Amino acid sequence: MSENPRKETVIPVGPYHPLQEEPEFFRLHVDGEKVTKLDIEIGYNHRGIEKISESRHFDQVTFLVERICGICSTSHPFAYVNAMEDLAQIEIPERAKYIRTVIGEMERIHSHLLWLGLAGHFIGYNTVWMWSWKYREPVLDILEKITGNRQHYAMFKIGGVRRDIKKEDIPEIQQRMDELVPGLDLFARAVEDDPVIQARTRGVGILTKDDVINYCALGPTARASGLDIDVRRDDPYAAYPLIDWKVIVLEDGDVYAKILVRVWEMYESVKIIKQCLKVLEKISGPIEIEVKNIPPGEGIGRHEAPRGEVFHYVRSDGTNRPVRHKIRAPSYMNVFTNEKSVPGGTISDALITLGAVDPCYCCTERVQVVRNNNLEHFLENDLLKLSVEKTNNLRKHLTKNG
Amino acid sequence: MEEKYAVLKNLQNKFGEKIKNIFWKNERRIYLEVELTDLPAVAQFLFFNQGLRFATASGIDTRQAIEILYHFSDDKTGKIITVRIYLRDKNKPEVASLAPYFKAAEWIEREIHEMLGVNFIGHPNLSHLLLRSDWPEGNCPLRQDKNHE
Repeated sequence: MSENPRKETVIPVGPYHPLQEEPEFFRLHVDGEKVTKLDIEIGYNHRGIEKISESRHFDQVTFLVERICGICSTSHPFAYVNAMEDLAQIEIPERAKYIRTVIGEMERIHSHLLWLGLAGHFIGYNTVWMWSWKYREPVLDILEKITGNRQHYAMFKIGGVRRDIKKEDIPEIQQRMDELVPGLDLFARAVEDDPVIQARTRGVGILTKDDVINYCALGPTARASGLDIDVRRDDPYAAYPLIDWKVIVLEDGDVYAKILVRVWEMYESVKIIKQCLKVLEKISGPIEIEVKNIPPGEGIGRHEAPRGEVFHYVRSDGTNRPVRHKIRAPSYMNVFTNEKSVPGGTISDALITLGAVDPCYCCTERVQVVRNNNLEHFLENDLLKLSVEKTNNLRKHLTKNG
Repeated sequence: MEEKYAVLKNLQNKFGEKIKNIFWKNERRIYLEVELTDLPAVAQFLFFNQGLRFATASGIDTRQAIEILYHFSDDKTGKIITVRIYLRDKNKPEVASLAPYFKAAEWIEREIHEMLGVNFIGHPNLSHLLLRSDWPEGNCPLRQDKNHE
């Protein structure tokens, strides 16, 4: 190794980290400070859910797929019931459509707030972290009030929803939503005005539109790079075609654009929820229809989860269990784009860039740097420290220069 | 609705009889079948020429064959075109890889390779994606005809 001083250094990131939603393993190939190449290894969390699904009956699968993700726990049931209703050609009652939309959007708000907090934490803004999680709490409280649970709501069933939103609860939910808006303003202003956040995220981890198309990235990751896709609008379902809202698209493709897309999407979610609640106040009627048999056939269902399109394909042979149930989560497509967005940046930017697609918060349990035959062990906090130091230096630099 | 959908019409004009068994499940879900040899050309036409997004692929083990369904999403109209192929030789299932044309196919082909034992010819790296690297050779979890331990 000493004969070749420019031999490549490899920094392993992951696979386990207590902050992380899912374990993943990244191998950063670095030359000095610059990341030159990134290897991604997944599979640490493979639970064989597609296989388990073949041995459960159709109603049980709704609960099974709810367990895929703890953050966006309603996304998979949403896509699954869409697939089943596509398969069996079921039209759900109007009230169920609005209730489904409310739950879907509440989940988007709390998921984006969670992400925003972690993003703040990783660039050394712990106040952002605490404030955004503070504003996330009331959203979880409302979800608990409606469904009985902060997560894993078990609201969805084939043919409708399992619980109603009570009319007497609606004013309180409206009020909590109104109270959320000043909080969102705070974050929008912080992101738009703070020079240090701008310096840390502008032009960092850029994903071009061509890359997005080539890797078929989804959700905010795609929309921040100028690709105008959103299943809620493109392949409408539930109450999304019945109300007024818009898709947020930005052009830059950097971490900054990804933050802004998510912040502005939360305003849209609040708008959607308030419109749905207004309708729910007026209409009454059943929240589900009885589904007795699932005919043989195939169905495809999609839902725009906080991270992008969730895709479910179900095949039935007329029995009460799926023959095949294919599940594709948005992170499956998005994590792969790190291969393009991380190389070219520095090590201290790697964390926020890896984090910007939202599944994977730099699962740094232990970082190990091989330098001139000496093995140096870095703990997870050291990589975080690098990132925080960079922010502090920038902050000092910016204050010095006025 | 069938006549009006431009993407499907273009596909039929270009490939003619090679596009078989077109089935409209409903207004926004279209299934069609192609031969193995036609798959790369059809997929490239849909992806590059018609600008469809590759959503994912589903591999299914049935009695007669291993089926692979390539789901292409048309985000302008909300339709999904599913291209179906049958790998009838279940002892040696093989098909050309789509990963050299677009990156999005790379991971899902690795997954179908380990889950169903399908060999994707021309794939840059057919190593394990989800299963651990020392997973026994030939033990494919989603194959129905084998006893798994």
